[in-house]
Amino acid sequence: MSSNKDKEIPKKKSSGFSRRGFIRGVGIGSGALSTGILEPAAEAAPAGAAVSGPGAIPITLNINGKATKVTVEPRETLLDTLRNQVNLTAAKRVCDRGTCGACSVMVGGKVVYSCTVLAIDAQGKEIQTLEGVAANHPVMQAFVNNDAQQCGYCTPGFVMASKAFLEKHPKPTMEDVKEGLGGNLCRCGTYMGVRKAVLEAAGKGGRNG
Amino acid sequence: MANYSWPPMDKRRVIGKRTSRLDGPAKASGRAKYASDQNLPGMLYGMLLTSPHAHAKITSIDTSAAEKLQGVTAVRVIAKPGTEIQWAGTEVASIAATSESIARDGLKLIKVDYEVLPHVVREDDLAKAGNRGKAGGEQVTGDPDEGFKNAAVTSQGTYGIPVITHCCLEPHGLVVAWKGDKVEYWPSTQAVSTVGGDLAKSIQVPVANVHVQMDHIGGGFGSKFSSDLWGTEAAQLSKASGGRPVKMFLDRETELTIAGVRPSAFAKVRIAADKEGNVTAFESNSWASGGFGGGGMPPIMYVYTKIPNYRLNHTAVSLNAGGARAWRAPNNPQASYIMCSALDDLAASLKMDPLDLFVKNTPLTIRPATYKRQLERAAELIDWKKNWKARGQNRDGYMARGLGIGVATWGGAGHPSKAKTTIHPDGSVEVELGSQDLGSGTRTVIAMVAAETLGLPLTAINVKIGDNTYPVSGGSGGSTTVGGVSTSTRRSTVNALDKLFEKVGPALGVPADQLEVTDSRVRVKNNPDKGMSWQQACQKLGVESISEMGENNPQKTEGLNTGGASGVQMADVSVDTETGFVRINKLVAVQDCGLVINPKTAESQVLGACIMSCCGALMEERVMDQQTGRMLNANMEFYKLAGINDIGDIVVDLEVIPENDQRGVIGLGEPPAIPGVVAIANAVATPLACGFRRCP
Repeated sequence: MSSNKDKEIPKKKSSGFSRRGFIRGVGIGSGALSTGILEPAAEAAPAGAAVSGPGAIPITLNINGKATKVTVEPRETLLDTLRNQVNLTAAKRVCDRGTCGACSVMVGGKVVYSCTVLAIDAQGKEIQTLEGVAANHPVMQAFVNNDAQQCGYCTPGFVMASKAFLEKHPKPTMEDVKEGLGGNLCRCGTYMGVRKAVLEAAGKGGRNG
Repeated sequence: MANYSWPPMDKRRVIGKRTSRLDGPAKASGRAKYASDQNLPGMLYGMLLTSPHAHAKITSIDTSAAEKLQGVTAVRVIAKPGTEIQWAGTEVASIAATSESIARDGLKLIKVDYEVLPHVVREDDLAKAGNRGKAGGEQVTGDPDEGFKNAAVTSQGTYGIPVITHCCLEPHGLVVAWKGDKVEYWPSTQAVSTVGGDLAKSIQVPVANVHVQMDHIGGGFGSKFSSDLWGTEAAQLSKASGGRPVKMFLDRETELTIAGVRPSAFAKVRIAADKEGNVTAFESNSWASGGFGGGGMPPIMYVYTKIPNYRLNHTAVSLNAGGARAWRAPNNPQASYIMCSALDDLAASLKMDPLDLFVKNTPLTIRPATYKRQLERAAELIDWKKNWKARGQNRDGYMARGLGIGVATWGGAGHPSKAKTTIHPDGSVEVELGSQDLGSGTRTVIAMVAAETLGLPLTAINVKIGDNTYPVSGGSGGSTTVGGVSTSTRRSTVNALDKLFEKVGPALGVPADQLEVTDSRVRVKNNPDKGMSWQQACQKLGVESISEMGENNPQKTEGLNTGGASGVQMADVSVDTETGFVRINKLVAVQDCGLVINPKTAESQVLGACIMSCCGALMEERVMDQQTGRMLNANMEFYKLAGINDIGDIVVDLEVIPENDQRGVIGLGEPPAIPGVVAIANAVATPLACGFRRCP
């Protein structure tokens, strides 16, 4: 059965990030290439752009409105930096290669899979994790109301993706929700609740109990 | 004598009400901390080196270069030279380092030489499995030969359901640290009370020295009971690194390769009936593999166990592939798949509506009245009589539509569980159990039972689980948790309340047994005006809190919980006969689970199980490559799970009726995960009649 989520991924990854295995290979082989190949914006940079790595380098990331100093190897993903160095663990490491959406965070106003973004490529951009969103956000409340979670491990990614989806599509239909959230996977099977939760958060009812 | 029985259905204020899960806000806001989210000062990262070969002997292993890498604190050899590896992914060595990158680099510096040996990794064609198959002996009831000879119609088919993995989103793993001779242990586990003892044994420390803590678990589905080899390794790496905490979680490839699978099941079946459609004979030659140990025998006869004449043969196939673990209703989905596929094909041979066949033969089931009721109810919900048409008759151009049925049974009685309820003089209440919430809503159920018992709002109950210093409660397997914890909590809380009544009775001038609680008040039965607030009552305790224990003893549940759940699911699908694309239009689940404590989370359990069935029927399969001996799809792009748009509409009926309610609480984790796969498969078969059927 072909799955609609296959179609969804390119939409979400519109910034052209590649998957982790590739990143890691490039990171080991040549730190200098890692920015050039993976970030289209950087390709236009003049020859002789600064070379980073391969050893760890200090960088500053703008995370949840705070300038945060971290020391990262160029091959380190944004997800691992957030989780291991900044102790922001809402984004989860599940597939680790851009399939499941559990690591979804906002970078420069777009929702991205943080397992497919290098930390060094997130410099100079606003990064928002779920910890940077008020803990009583209407999307979260709608997830609780509609029991759109079981083990909860996919949930932060789903909430982040739903919030970003609703910012872009404030008045979605059920069909829009099914199409728009195809980039996140859940194992417990909470999709029926998620559908209702997103519609409720959009002010369209769907409350379940 | 304390009265523990559940309040009557119409008197319940909390139990039976749709209640949002208590840890919902923490999870939805990303604030909930899982074991894999633990970050401790000085923490190291542990990783495993695993075998790329499915069958090989290790001839040499050299860790010296890895040990010299800066940042590596410990390297351990797991499989010494001479060790015979029996599946790809077997743990060979482990490493701890100050960062994940260094640990990964260190693994690449470990040199292992293998003598590669021949392997067998596929069992779908039994003829090719050679001497790997082990026959389990024949079971015969009645006279199957005579049964087939006298039958009006005999149908035969071959049915197959592949190995699938658990694919827990939080991989298996742990954080572990030594403090002197004590071990702090944060596992991702389904068994908070027992996993510490498991680790203690493997690292040879007294059980009491291992402290287990776990607030949340990111999926288990039967695969997370033991402390596992990686638990031992992480603990030993920590010890070798001066006790520094070590975090070791499997990467996705390793998780899918070695952290547990559901065994396959294949069967050649013959089934016969008289001309009225009464099933008279059944014969199956089945085979399956649960890994190197073989295993995976589905419990055929399934549900329709009273078919008078049958002959069963089963062959367990040993493969060079990762081993089986309990997977949500072990072997039951496979048994249901084989049994219900055969019944569906028999109906086609009889030119009979399969619904009529399933209903007509309910006297042959273990609970005839229940299955008849559930089949009829599910048929009503899916509008079977209107939507079902005989095979090949339900087409609109290249689109074909089909309906299918699956049936299930499961135990689900409560496990042994102890709970402690404490009432403090300030009126606060704590309930402690060494239990765990897998996402099934266990925390919420415990709070609801205590709140119901004490006449308090849910928010007044502080539930403490996820720590092995709390009273021992069983692991969450076999759908035993809700029955266990609801019973132990009910008893400990009734006991604590009775103690409170003893303190309050004199102040109200009545014996303790004349008191009751409701709406946060303690009052005299039959004289509701005479009473005091909960706060005032608790002040009578002075400085001493009340702590009382309660227990679920499975031999003596006194009707608080029981086992024996039945379920029926029906699917309505459309098939694009040109591309083979299957669209699930609707899935209906009618499920008995006794007394339902929280309909909201119970319904979620059933919905989730139905969605898992969609995955199992149409997407999931561990694909093994006989050439390399390895799993080809050990990642989440190619190990397919359904997305939010891949499932149809799902309708759940929990059968909240007095005759079910009076049976007490019955677990719900496994039963609804059984019949969906075959319901979908039968629905797909309707338009595509063919002799060999195989999922996905």
